[in-house]
Amino acid sequence: MNLAKSWIVAAKDLRSFVRKRTVLYTVVVLPLMLSVLFPLVVEVSKRKGNGIPAASLPHLLDSFAFFFVIIPAIVPTPIASYSIVGEKIEKSLEPLLATPTTDGEILLGKYLAAFLPAIIATYAGAAIYMTLMDSVTYGTLGYLYYPNSAFALILFVLAPVSATISVEVSVIASSRVNDVRSASQLGGVMYLPFLGIYLAGEIGLFSLDTNNLLIIAGVLLVVALALFRASTATFRREEILTKWR
Amino acid sequence: MIETQNLTKKFGELTAVDGVSLKVEEGEVFGFLGPNGAGKTTTVRMLCCLISKTSGEARIADYDVGKDSDSLKIRKLIGLVPDSVGLYDDLTAYDNLEFYGKLYGCTEAQRRENIERFLKMLGLWDKKDVTAGTFSKGMKQKLAIARALIHDPRVLFMDEPTVNLDPESAKTVRDFILELKKEKKTVFLNTHNLDEAQRICDRIAILNTKLMAIGTAEELERSVRGRQTVVQLSSVSEAIMGALGRLTTAKVTRDGNSITVDVADPEKENPAIVRAIVGAGGDVQSVSVTTSTLEDAYLKLVKETQ
Repeated sequence: MNLAKSWIVAAKDLRSFVRKRTVLYTVVVLPLMLSVLFPLVVEVSKRKGNGIPAASLPHLLDSFAFFFVIIPAIVPTPIASYSIVGEKIEKSLEPLLATPTTDGEILLGKYLAAFLPAIIATYAGAAIYMTLMDSVTYGTLGYLYYPNSAFALILFVLAPVSATISVEVSVIASSRVNDVRSASQLGGVMYLPFLGIYLAGEIGLFSLDTNNLLIIAGVLLVVALALFRASTATFRREEILTKWR
Repeated sequence: MIETQNLTKKFGELTAVDGVSLKVEEGEVFGFLGPNGAGKTTTVRMLCCLISKTSGEARIADYDVGKDSDSLKIRKLIGLVPDSVGLYDDLTAYDNLEFYGKLYGCTEAQRRENIERFLKMLGLWDKKDVTAGTFSKGMKQKLAIARALIHDPRVLFMDEPTVNLDPESAKTVRDFILELKKEKKTVFLNTHNLDEAQRICDRIAILNTKLMAIGTAEELERSVRGRQTVVQLSSVSEAIMGALGRLTTAKVTRDGNSITVDVADPEKENPAIVRAIVGAGGDVQSVSVTTSTLEDAYLKLVKETQ
């Protein structure tokens, strides 16, 4: 596999996304909004009353942190949908497939184009979130809550796996529909299980501590591998030219 | 340059291309004629290693179509202009070509040189910084041709390159194909424009799932019927028909006041035909020679398979 070719495909797609406002808003606004919103909630509750008790804060912060698994599940969906359904609509896949580039190189390029903005946006959001949250909770907790092992696990394992699953689902969804909105909606369904995990943590069904996050990471890795096989089977030139509608 | 032997493609129960055998020489402009659904695009897709063949053999240059190790090598030496232009509308003309140049592994200098050369040849250099989405159909088609040539391929596959183009743009594309011929490029042209095929193709194949005929436009025209001399008279008598019967063993038919005679060489045979008619008392008003057209050949061959 020639990674340089995948990068050429990814770089072209990334240049196109920068010009698409809706995609740009999803990438920038959502992570930025959540990373500011959560510290703001803590700060406002502190100013309007006694604030959140120190004993409850770690559980709440762990739940908030799980949003950095949900963000990379949401962000790549419109990008991957534009990337593949866009090519379908413009009928540009045939000349692209006629170049001396393998299916795997093209697919990897598409993956990178959707994955990189999602991960960069997640990490940028996480940096803002950690800084702001530490500054508003330090007085209550007496120590800096972030960075910690659970958040490291979220950022370096769960977030990339979550983004990967999102791209894989989008690739599969894109092969079955002919407009970007439908592909985004189909792809968007995949972040609902993550939301379910967050809510389960929030209502106390289980805690989102390091041990449970490791179990979730293991399950997600298996799902990602299964979806990888399905998406690569979908993204084959003969399949694309004769069966994609 | 291109050779196929019993090339076949089936989609389930449907046979899209059935045992096609043909040979295209280097530097030849080869026309592939056929009605919609005849298998032209499927054949091109097989030859461009975009879809697999079900059976048969195909070679481009010295490489086997269908052999995984040769697939990338074949795609390096061919260019494809598909039936839908498939440009990136939000990229400029220059950036569209730059992207493909990079994928074909052209150096920066080669990309710069080829982009300028082909955009100038196709009259798009002034529009190089304009996004492709704002282009007219003709301009998009020209840009798609430039894209297929960016890596200087030896073989160019073109699938209906002038369909939906206005006459002026279609002429530019046809003239450009003839320019490519001068550069010894092999052009495989899918079309159902008979006039276009006749004007620019060295040889033509007629496909309707199976290969019906192959040859020069003239050879295909003559394959339907030979040339005929039509003599218009003021009246036709039995004496005239008898004189022609004695003159030639070829088919002679009468239709009102005109007589049609099958001829192999009209320049040699027509004076004797006219002498025989005049000798038998005929009053010749006009003499003309007709041949069957490529359209006649095409329609006859396509009808045979329906």
